[in-house]
Amino acid sequence: MTQIVIANYLGSGRVVFLAKGSGNGSVSWGELIDTAEVATDEDRATALLALAEADVAERNVVMDPYLIDVEEEGGSLRPTKYREAIRALGPTVRQDLGKQAEGAEA
Amino acid sequence: MYRYDEFDHALVQDRVTQFRRQVERRMKGEISEEQFRPLRLMNGLYLQLHAYMLRVAIPYGTLDSRQMRKLAYIARRYDKGYGHFTTRQNIQYNWPKLEETPDILAELAEVEMHAIQTSGNCIRNVTSDQYAGAAKNEIEDPRIWCEIARQWSTLHPEFSFLPRKFKIAITGCENDRAAVKVHDIGMIMKRGAAGEVGFEVLVGGGLGRTPFVGKTIREFLPKEHFLSYMEAILRVYNQLGRRDNKYKARIKVTLHETGKEEFTRLVEEEWEAIKDSTLKLPKEEVDRIAAHFHPPAWKALPNDAPTCDSRAASDPEFAAWLRHNVEEHKTAGYAIVNISVKPPGEPPGDVTDVPMEAMAEMADAYSFSELRVTHVQNVTLPHVEKEQLPALFDDLAKHGLATANVGLVSDIICCPGLDYCALANARSIPVAQELTKRYTLERQQEIGDMQIKISGCINACGHHHVGNIGILGVDRKGEEHYQVQLGGSASEDASLGKIIGRGFTQDEVIEVVDKLLDTYLELREGEEAFIDTYRRVGMNPFKERVYGTA
Ligand code: SF4
Repeated sequence: MTQIVIANYLGSGRVVFLAKGSGNGSVSWGELIDTAEVATDEDRATALLALAEADVAERNVVMDPYLIDVEEEGGSLRPTKYREAIRALGPTVRQDLGKQAEGAEA
Repeated sequence: MYRYDEFDHALVQDRVTQFRRQVERRMKGEISEEQFRPLRLMNGLYLQLHAYMLRVAIPYGTLDSRQMRKLAYIARRYDKGYGHFTTRQNIQYNWPKLEETPDILAELAEVEMHAIQTSGNCIRNVTSDQYAGAAKNEIEDPRIWCEIARQWSTLHPEFSFLPRKFKIAITGCENDRAAVKVHDIGMIMKRGAAGEVGFEVLVGGGLGRTPFVGKTIREFLPKEHFLSYMEAILRVYNQLGRRDNKYKARIKVTLHETGKEEFTRLVEEEWEAIKDSTLKLPKEEVDRIAAHFHPPAWKALPNDAPTCDSRAASDPEFAAWLRHNVEEHKTAGYAIVNISVKPPGEPPGDVTDVPMEAMAEMADAYSFSELRVTHVQNVTLPHVEKEQLPALFDDLAKHGLATANVGLVSDIICCPGLDYCALANARSIPVAQELTKRYTLERQQEIGDMQIKISGCINACGHHHVGNIGILGVDRKGEEHYQVQLGGSASEDASLGKIIGRGFTQDEVIEVVDKLLDTYLELREGEEAFIDTYRRVGMNPFKERVYGTA
């Protein structure tokens, strides 16, 4: 199994991922899926979710965190469920919006 | 158009201030998401797949150019340049920020708009006929009654926590352009035996998981009892409605489980007790509201329109637009113009800021500054001089708004589906986009009247149950799949579609629509519309063509 934590920023509502390096008292969130901290076993996944939930209560910057399944594809992470893939990228009918357009929007 | 009085202004302003404070407290962490969610929903703010979504009410679909400009401004300033017109005559913004939502609501309040009662288990935005005030066979302008219902229902203390959401639609004539028969309460204006005006009252219509066509519980309700009767219905529902099971909580299930006779008896009993109370509408009060809907200053014009006729004779594109998008008006020399916001390949109902502003300009130039938003996700200019139609057509064409497809195959109703909606099972927009690109105008004209309606889940916001062809997105073992239904109608002859058989992939469903249309064209007699052919021949010939077996 490979899992990451997905959530939304409280202020903007934008989709975020628990970022690499989160743990040992520090938590950060990234907007791109490839920046996500990956859990490859159940214990680690549970620990990441607990970290995210604690961050919701402590810092109040994100909400509704949950775990999603991902797979690696050509060095990138991709959610296995299409619902989460659409969340991770943006509307398929507006490729100019959402994460998929991040480079273009910046 | 209705203009806010001091009470309306104060109410909407107070709500903005209150919500601003609630957002501040949420941002500071003084209230949790669990505590905040019902508060934001009371102000139309949802959390969807990619971001927040703000649903703004367009009361009974009526707006003026100033309001349309504000909607465009909000799209540009606070969102990503577009909004989505919904089947409930609302507009949704897909990317607002929480911190900016109070500012958006303040901007809306400036033009007498808000997002109150666009969510939650209360009486939602009352919807109506987009031709109100202009329809040829209208008895009275239904918006008078919609506005009375709006004022009565806004923050109604007894009905703010109903078992489930509650939707009311009202029409002023026998033609149903507001899908009144699939609403919790549908009111159809009628004349009584002595020519007096009142309503036929339908209850328990609805789509979603358990679709029903509404049932008439009163053939004729004198109009002064409009509010007391609705109050009686709501009271009975509020008591009997199931709060134990969200899926059985709508009034359609209450009516079904209680039985029409018993339900009607309870309503009539309740009504007897309150019908002569303060809810009985004094004529002066109705007149006060009606004054807001006084017809605009139409000129006395001949009904002939030589400029328009000669353009139509020489310009087939204009002639096609005239034929499909323009309807007769009740006043000589005027016409009702439907603006299709569904050009080929675009998401139905999505409109960007520039065309919104262009439509506002055109409303000012051609339609007494008035616009309407329709439940089929188009926009209407209700009062256009016939002789101005060529000029209007040219202006529309400049902005890509002259697609001549109203009522045809590509005039599809479609919900946001899995591209935006957190509840979706499958995408609906790509199916609509593919279908709108597929058929030439000639082919569409050959097919004639057709309503394709697409929903991304069983909640049926895309009205698939009442599509002549309805398409429902489902999740089949983690894959997007589509069920097809035939025979639905949302008009005065409302009916629910029947599932044709096993579902299809996204590519397959497009071919299935092709086959259904081919079958219809082969079987139709004379000028028969798809729905009539289906009703005459039944499901089997269609099924045979699609699956190779009946
Ligand atoms: S029908 Fe389902 S997918 Fe479509 S908008 Fe409604 S809830 Fe969302």
